[in-house]
Amino acid sequence: MYLKAITANRLRDGRVVYLSEAGNWSQSLEGSRLARDEEELQSLLDQAEVSVLRNEVVAPYAIDVLELDSGYLTTRCREEIRSTGPSRRTDAA
Amino acid sequence: MYRYDEFDEALVRERVAQFSDQVQRRLNGELNEDEFKPLRLMNGLYLQLHAYMFRIAIPYGTLSSVQLRKLAHVARTYDKGYGHITTRQNMQFNWPRLEDAPAILSDLADAQLHAIQTSGNCIRNTTADQYAGVAADEIADPRHYCEIIRQWSTLHPEFSFLPRKFKIAVTGAEEDRAALRTHDIGLRMRRDADGNPGFEVMVGGGLGRTPVVGVTIREFLPEEHLLSYLESTLRVYNQLGRRDNIHKARIKILVQSVGRDAFARMVEEEWAQLRDGYLTLPQEELDTIARYFAPPPYETLEDSPPELELWQSTSPGFAAWMNENVAAHKQAGYAIVNISLKPEGGVPGDITAEQMDVVADLAERYSFSEIRATHEQNLVLPYVRKLDLMAVWQGLQQAGLATANIGLISDMICCPGLDYCNLANTRSIPVAQEISERFADLSKQRDIGPLKIKMSGCINACGHHHVGHIGILGVDKKGQEYYQITLGGSAENETTLGNIVGPAFSAAEIGDAMETIVDTYLTIREEGESFLETYRRVGQQPFKETLYAAH
Ligand code: HEM
Ligand code: SF4
Repeated sequence: MYLKAITANRLRDGRVVYLSEAGNWSQSLEGSRLARDEEELQSLLDQAEVSVLRNEVVAPYAIDVLELDSGYLTTRCREEIRSTGPSRRTDAA
Repeated sequence: MYRYDEFDEALVRERVAQFSDQVQRRLNGELNEDEFKPLRLMNGLYLQLHAYMFRIAIPYGTLSSVQLRKLAHVARTYDKGYGHITTRQNMQFNWPRLEDAPAILSDLADAQLHAIQTSGNCIRNTTADQYAGVAADEIADPRHYCEIIRQWSTLHPEFSFLPRKFKIAVTGAEEDRAALRTHDIGLRMRRDADGNPGFEVMVGGGLGRTPVVGVTIREFLPEEHLLSYLESTLRVYNQLGRRDNIHKARIKILVQSVGRDAFARMVEEEWAQLRDGYLTLPQEELDTIARYFAPPPYETLEDSPPELELWQSTSPGFAAWMNENVAAHKQAGYAIVNISLKPEGGVPGDITAEQMDVVADLAERYSFSEIRATHEQNLVLPYVRKLDLMAVWQGLQQAGLATANIGLISDMICCPGLDYCNLANTRSIPVAQEISERFADLSKQRDIGPLKIKMSGCINACGHHHVGHIGILGVDKKGQEYYQITLGGSAENETTLGNIVGPAFSAAEIGDAMETIVDTYLTIREEGESFLETYRRVGQQPFKETLYAAH
C-alpha cells in the first residue's frame, strides 16, 4: 500500500486542507499524518468524519503520498494541482 | 438598457437574505453538506478543487459599466483579483469563501447582479448574439425576447425542477454568433412574407457526452406566440423527458428517440391548447420591453471619417486591430469593438479587476456605458464612434487588452479544466497557453485565417470542443493527460460536429500536433479557402496522414 494522507476542502472558505500530524487541518501537505496500513487509514478516515460532523471540512478522502527526501509528494496530477494551485498564471497570482 | 423593475429588485434582495441565512446555518452546523449543497447550487455557488466557485449571471451577455465595476470590486475584495468569462456569457470567480458569499451577493445586488438560474435543473440564463441591437445584419434586437423569456422562466413553478438543465439562445441576425443549434432551444429571428417578425425554432441541440445538432421544428413562429410555444415545448419535455438517467435526461435525447417530426407534432398538439391564451404577448408589452432596450442617443455622423484612413495607414498596429477586432455597426459612423481576452500566453477568458475597471471606463467614455460578454469568452464595446476608435485602441493597449486576434487561431474557447474543475480529466489552460505561444506571430495567424480551436478538460464539453474547427478533449489514460483531437466542427450557421481524427496525443505532443494540422492545411488549401472549407473539401485523410505519419 502507498502511504496515505487525508485531504478535504475546508467548509468556511473551501480551501484544500490535509489532516495534520497534530490532528488539525492544515493547508500544507507537509506535516500530514500518514497511514501506513489499512488500520491506520481507517482511523484517519474516522477522525476526518468527526471533522465533517463538526462542520469543519467537506468531503474528505484518502490520497496516495510518496515520502521523498525533499518532502511529501502526491502521485496524481489532480492532487498535485490541489496541493500547489493552478499550473501557470500569467496575469494574476 | 433594461433596468430591473421593483419586482426583480425585491426578488433578488429576498434571495440574498434567504441565502445569507442558509450560509449562516451551514456555518454553525444547523445544515449539513447534503442539505446545503442544493441550496448553494441554486445560488450559483459550486465547490471546486481549490475553493468555492461563484457563477454570476450576465443576462444575455449585457452589462453596464457600473456592473462591471462591481464585478471588479468583488474580484479585488473577495477573490484573487480576477474573474473568468464563460461560454454562457456569465462571469465566474474561482476563489470566494463561503463565509463571504452573503456579502458578495449583497454587493452584487447593489448593481442589480445576481446568481439566479446559473445552476440547477431550471431554465438557465438565456444567451444572445453579443452584437444584439447593433449588428449590421439584424432583423431585431434578440434581447427583447431574452428578457421576455427571463421574466417568464424566472422561478417558473412548473419548470424549476425539469429533468435536467435547459438552455435557450436567441439571435436576431443572419449570421449565427450564438451557437443556436447547440442549445436545447435555439431561436433565430425571421420575417414572414408580409414582413412580420417571428422565429425559426430549433430544438434538441446540445454538447456534453452526447453531442447533437439541434433540428428545426418550426420554420416560422409569429413573435406574439413565443411564450405559448416555448411553454408547449417545455411541457412536452417535462412530461416525457427521462428522469431515471441523468445522461439521458436532456431534451436532445427525447427529440432523438421520438424523432423530429413526432416531437414537432406533440409540441403543435400541446400548442393547440395554449395558443391565443394568456401567454400571447400583447403589443404593449412588446413595446414596453423594446423601450427598455431603446438604442442609445446616437449622433448623426459620417460613416467613413478620413481620420480613420489616416490612422490605419500610419499605425500598422491600429490597422491590424481594426481588421480583426472591429465589426460593422448598423449605425453610420459607429463601430463594434471586440476586446480579446486571449493574450499571448494568457488564460482564455480571464480578466483582472484592473482590466475590468479600464473596460468600464472606456465604456463610459466611448460606448454609452455598455459592455457585452461573448460566448467565445471575450468582451465587446457595442457603440463606439469610429472617431473614437484610436482612443479606445490606445486605452485597451495600455491595459493589455488590444490583442488583434478575434476569430483567429489564438482566440480559443477553453474550459477551466483540471486547474480548477472538480470533474476534469486533464488541464486545458496550459494547452491553450502553449498554442497561443506557438502561434504568437499575428501575421502568421492572419495568414492562417479564421480558425476556431475549442477545448474541454472532460466530456461535459463546457469548452464546446465538438463544434471547434479543431476540437481538443482531455482524456485520462492511466493517470496521464491525453488529448483527443476532432476536426471539422462548427457552431456557425451550418453547425456540424467534429470527427475524431485518431488516437489521442500526450500533453507533450499536443502542441506539435496542432502545428502539424495547421501546416497541412496551409499546404493543401486552395486560394481563399478557410480551414473549415478545406476540411470540408478534403476530409480527414490528409490530416491523418501527417499527424500519424511518424507513429
Ligand atoms: C469549473 C466549474 C465547472 C463545472 C463543475 C462545470 C460542470 C459542467 C457539467 C457537469 C456539465 C454537463 C452538464 C450536462 O451534460 O448536462 C457542463 C456543461 C457545460 N458547461 Fe460547465 N462546468 C464548469 C465550468 C464551466 C465554464 C467555465 C464554462 C464556460 C467556459 C462552462 C460552460 C458549459 C457549457 C456551455 C456546458 C454545456 C454543454 C452542453 O450543451 O451540454 N462550464 N458543465
Ligand atoms: S469540460 Fe469538464 S473539465 Fe472542463 S469545466 Fe466542464 S466539467 Fe470541468
